[in-house]
Amino acid sequence: MITHSIAALGRLGIDILRSQGKAGLLLYGAIFRVPSIRKGFPLVIQQIYATGVLSLLIIIVSGLFIGMVVALQGYHTLAKFGASQQLGPLVALSVVRELGPVVTALLFAGRAGSALAAEIGLMKATDQLSSMEMMAVDPLQRVIAPRFWGGSISMPLLTIIFNITAIYGAYLVGVKWLGLDAGAFWSNMQSAVDFHADILNGIYKSIVFGIVVTWIALYQGYEAAPTSAGIANATTRTVVYSSLAVLGLDFVLTAMMIGGW
Amino acid sequence: MNNLVEMSQLGFQRQNRTIFHDIDIAIPQGKITAIMGPSGSGKTTLLRLIGGQLQATQGRVLVKNQDITRLNRRELYALRKRMGMLFQTGGLFTHLTVFENVAFPLREHTQLSENMIRSAVLMKLEMVGLRGARNLMPNELSGGMARRVALARAIALDPDLIMYDEPFSGQDPISMGVLVKLIRTLNDALGLTTIIVSHDVPETLGISDYAYVISDGNIIGKGTPESIAHDNSPQLQQFLTGLPDGPVPFHYPAHTLEQDILGQKSGEPS
Amino acid sequence: MLSQRTIETLVGLFLLAVIISLITLAFKVSGLTTFFNQEGYTVTAAFDDIGQLRTRGSVKIGGVTVGEVTNIAIDPASYKAVVTMRINANTGDIPVDSSASILTAGLLGDNYIAITPMYSKDFLKNGSMIEETHSAMILEKLIGQFLFSVSHPGEVSQNEKSPEKNPN
Repeated sequence: MITHSIAALGRLGIDILRSQGKAGLLLYGAIFRVPSIRKGFPLVIQQIYATGVLSLLIIIVSGLFIGMVVALQGYHTLAKFGASQQLGPLVALSVVRELGPVVTALLFAGRAGSALAAEIGLMKATDQLSSMEMMAVDPLQRVIAPRFWGGSISMPLLTIIFNITAIYGAYLVGVKWLGLDAGAFWSNMQSAVDFHADILNGIYKSIVFGIVVTWIALYQGYEAAPTSAGIANATTRTVVYSSLAVLGLDFVLTAMMIGGW
Repeated sequence: MNNLVEMSQLGFQRQNRTIFHDIDIAIPQGKITAIMGPSGSGKTTLLRLIGGQLQATQGRVLVKNQDITRLNRRELYALRKRMGMLFQTGGLFTHLTVFENVAFPLREHTQLSENMIRSAVLMKLEMVGLRGARNLMPNELSGGMARRVALARAIALDPDLIMYDEPFSGQDPISMGVLVKLIRTLNDALGLTTIIVSHDVPETLGISDYAYVISDGNIIGKGTPESIAHDNSPQLQQFLTGLPDGPVPFHYPAHTLEQDILGQKSGEPS
Repeated sequence: MLSQRTIETLVGLFLLAVIISLITLAFKVSGLTTFFNQEGYTVTAAFDDIGQLRTRGSVKIGGVTVGEVTNIAIDPASYKAVVTMRINANTGDIPVDSSASILTAGLLGDNYIAITPMYSKDFLKNGSMIEETHSAMILEKLIGQFLFSVSHPGEVSQNEKSPEKNPN
């Protein structure tokens, strides 16, 4: 009985290692089998459109609301200490350092990541990838690599847009509604936020998140079972694994950055 | 008569199951060869072995006198440009129109101008009778039409070898008739070598020049359609005539009926 | 299915929006005044106690930022904290007898160096040292001073702060 459980655990470990290896090979193939610039560039643009531009709506709306909520909550707490003019720095630092990269990554995983996984899974199930292979076109070059670059490039871009809309939302609530002084709001924010340590670090985080989420989505789609249940599972797994990975990596990156690197 | 494809002493295993063991198959050039057998006998695997998507664990696979297992990626891709494959599901790219689907291999592998590509695509579509459907999207096509478009795409680069994976499955009699006619005509008109993998016995044997019948990873019959029809092996006869019971039994292994109903034993038979 | 041209235009607009956002973030949100290291000259000053001063802390004259702290180190001979700072090139000349103090920005803010200009006709150059320095105010010492002066009226304590002169 016990030997059965231990053997099952061993099999699980080996399976996990095997799938990690396959995922690594997929990433290697996607990065290093670069298609010619002339052929590949329009494909990447297409993918930036599909993952980035089409996600703009949800990112902008979420950014606006998150900025407004943080401003509202922050104001009421700060007012107790008479520090309500610190609302600008509060919102800007929370958004630029943490909320921007993390929330954008989670939304991206849910919208673009699941779409990528489903699309690749479906292409695999309907033999489109096999047909490509038999027509002497490498599906990694043609299909996977452009999606990888498209997703990885879109994520930091979306994060920047999220940051700006969130701060604008906070401005709307803080200055227009709650009546804070606009000059104090912006100038306190400017002296508290450092471009290199705060904004750029947030963007580095989003670059890492973009690569990880896109990689997970592509792998899950590529390895999905060619049935409708298989594709549904792949989509769910993409969102779950991506979210966990983003939150875990956020902690690691924050720990590295906060010490000053 | 030389053989376009030769598989000698072929062995293939997947996950500790032996699918093939020591098989010899020769596909003569310029003829239609059928590979038939019950479901799950590994027919599609054979096509993938020829196309290089799977690697044989033993033996050799020679395509146009090149050992496919020894080629590097570039050589394999060069060889694949001379092959066309029609998948069971069609495999059309769902985001491209019919025209763009057929033009895809031409755009990828040739430097032809747009005008020449247009002419070539229209000619291929004309061969399969779908020139008028060129601006439809794949989801607007019926199953039979989708297969014909996939066929046009498979011959876009004028290959030497074309492989059909279950081309007749799930087709109504008219579409079936259309496909049968197309396969034979294309083979003769374009000088192709054709391999058909199917378990539709009458249609396939009707147009083939040579046939192999595979069951349980072994060849249980080979020869021209006439010689196979007169072969007396019970396995072969059960498959060809579609007998429900014979060497492949009707009943899944179980206890006798009395034992099950009277409840004397339960579980697996001894 | 949008045409390739439309897709490219939309992606271009997307990128344009991102670049504008990034510039706004850089200049309006973070108060980045310049992306590149400005030219300037380096000046040092030694303090007994730097408090919470860190590198990249501001250097201000009359509340206006004129430079930043580039390095803080201990002088092994005198055990004072030697602060190296870069004064921006477009600041006017600073007299050599100016004093440098470490002040706090607001009640809870960070420490910064405030330079109070004096009257000399000689000016600081690259590598000059500011002689007169006032260390940061440490709360515990203030309280200690206060308690001492309350219990011993009229006396001067050992810890009372006075302007320090550097040995050289």
